[in-house]
Amino acid sequence: MADVGIGWWGVPLAVAAGAVRAGTPFLFVSLGELLTEKSGRINLGLEGTLVMGAMSGYGTAYLTGSPWLGVLVAGITGSLFGALHAGLCSLPRVNDIAVGIALMLFGTGLAFYLGKPLIQPQAPTLPALHLGWWSSIAAVRDALKINGLFIVGALLAPAIVWLLRSTRWGMIVRMVGDSADAARAMGYSVDWVRLLATMTGGFLAGIGGSFLSLYYPGSWSEGLSSGQGITAVALVIFARWSPMNCFYASLLFGGAGALGPALQSVGIHSGYYLFNAAPYFLTLFIMVLTSSSEHRLSGAPSELSITR
Amino acid sequence: MSMHTSITRRLLLAGLGGVGATAITANMPFGHAQAATPVVGFIYVGPRDDFGYNQAHAEGAAAVKKMKAVKVVEEERIPETVQVAKTMESMINLDGAGLLFPTSFGYFNPYILNEAKKYPKVRFEHAGGLWTPKDPKNAGSYFGYIFEGQYINGIIAGYASKSGKLGFVAAKPIPQVLQNINAFTLGARLVNPKATTQVIFTGDWSLPVKEAEATNSMIDQGVDVVTMHVDSPKVVVQTAAKRGAMVCGYHCSQAALAPQSYLTGAEWNWTDLYPKFVTMWMKGETIPNFYRGGFKEGLIKQSPYGPKVSAEARKHADDVKAKLTAQQYVIFKGPLKDNTGKMAVAGGSELIQTNATDEKLESMHFLVDGVLGSLPA
Repeated sequence: MADVGIGWWGVPLAVAAGAVRAGTPFLFVSLGELLTEKSGRINLGLEGTLVMGAMSGYGTAYLTGSPWLGVLVAGITGSLFGALHAGLCSLPRVNDIAVGIALMLFGTGLAFYLGKPLIQPQAPTLPALHLGWWSSIAAVRDALKINGLFIVGALLAPAIVWLLRSTRWGMIVRMVGDSADAARAMGYSVDWVRLLATMTGGFLAGIGGSFLSLYYPGSWSEGLSSGQGITAVALVIFARWSPMNCFYASLLFGGAGALGPALQSVGIHSGYYLFNAAPYFLTLFIMVLTSSSEHRLSGAPSELSITR
Repeated sequence: MSMHTSITRRLLLAGLGGVGATAITANMPFGHAQAATPVVGFIYVGPRDDFGYNQAHAEGAAAVKKMKAVKVVEEERIPETVQVAKTMESMINLDGAGLLFPTSFGYFNPYILNEAKKYPKVRFEHAGGLWTPKDPKNAGSYFGYIFEGQYINGIIAGYASKSGKLGFVAAKPIPQVLQNINAFTLGARLVNPKATTQVIFTGDWSLPVKEAEATNSMIDQGVDVVTMHVDSPKVVVQTAAKRGAMVCGYHCSQAALAPQSYLTGAEWNWTDLYPKFVTMWMKGETIPNFYRGGFKEGLIKQSPYGPKVSAEARKHADDVKAKLTAQQYVIFKGPLKDNTGKMAVAGGSELIQTNATDEKLESMHFLVDGVLGSLPA
């Protein structure tokens, strides 16, 4: 067997592979949240949407035998949650952050409840594209097993940039997010635009969840998300509402999460709690570096309740 | 328009309140239902079908359910916080439970200890072996020498591994985990004196993504047999199998998840113990406050060997298992060096499994020679 260790090279390799594997859910949720926030609303409920997506996707894949159908159902579940959020928020005097927190609790609770019978069975998982066929090193071959969803997510980021910048739809979303009054004056229904933006955001977050349960780590359990949805929402602020930055930030967080185990596997054992905290450390560090007292949260849609 | 929405919202709230009220009344058997049937409560820290720690306990609870004239109440996903105290109180006060099995390690101190003082007539049985004579007499703690099973895992892994590199995904460096890592390594070294065990601590009992990352990075380093001590081994087993590595299971059998790659596993056998304890309690006998056992007492068992286990390995493992069952075998036997070169167990001395009060075994804080990893000071 050519299965010899690759030593220190294992660390960058694990971080790179981890960035792609563990970063994909962050990517989908953060892109979804970005769309929602661009329309002027924050949906904190995406953690619940992510978990619901993971559960419903897994359940569908298990019952139908088709993981891709699971991805679709996860997306639809996510958009239903998005519709619920948007619907509740369109009522007068309803705060989007409070609704988000409620939906986060509701989503995780409902998913745990409905997902009870799904912890045991094994659902078929999504296939990977073997992009490492050229390498003779098993570890490299494995690191380059990439799921199609990652590629979709990676293409989605520039697509959203283009959508928001150059299409009529994108401009309407941005206008609603920057000035609801202007949008009303132009004759667009603010609630309707936000409903669609939140539903699309939920759709993406649901797909992010299905990636967790159907590809990596590839099984449904209640500890599956452990706060990744909420982290992804924070990523959007961290990425300053830029889709490409969301992409890089997701990779960064995915890779940082892989750092702790990878370092232990090559013999760095001390301080693994510290390495496990790397993603949070990194966030704080970059936040401090990029913050400024002169201008506040550049790029933030001005209708957002946190900036208003 | 606004009129309309405010009415619907009010109606919605009223509706929710109504639903909540019926749910509460339906669950409340008003007053202390201290009926004729004795009630036994089981509390789990995670879901009870997790292919792991909680499932092993829930299988024990299922065995109690099959007994006559006893009612079982269960609650899962109870964190090791004040939440477990609330759950215990509600089982005692609302369900009338007289015997409780709060099964997670962290429930004991202070939650079980406090409740035991508060309800002296209720019996508390904790899995983890933490009871000391200073603690209330109506509390008890039992535990199995599951590292005997990890020792057998190690022997099987020693034969199966081609690279001589084994991997161990561990949650936290507490004595019970270290006993397993060390026993696994010693078992493997019995077969292959050059075998090493790479250990990765994830930091918590259930972190699926981190467990998958840990498994992957060990396999990248040439590890070809993986075992674990986390609450739910499912992710480690599936990830290892996907990468073509072999696995030894833990807590309960994960053979169904990877029939080809699963070698064997160290399993709890609570299905034997729980009915025994419940019978003793119903008869009014005292359950021992401190109860321990391994293969001999039937507290643990070994998963059936998988297809990749050679005849030679089976024979060797069965031999050692027979000796362990007859209590003629000591796993931690001096001279034993730790992986920093210090003498961990002096020549001539033994850490005998059955000697439950052996401080050195109970508070193990070293990794034997052959383990790649280190402990916080």
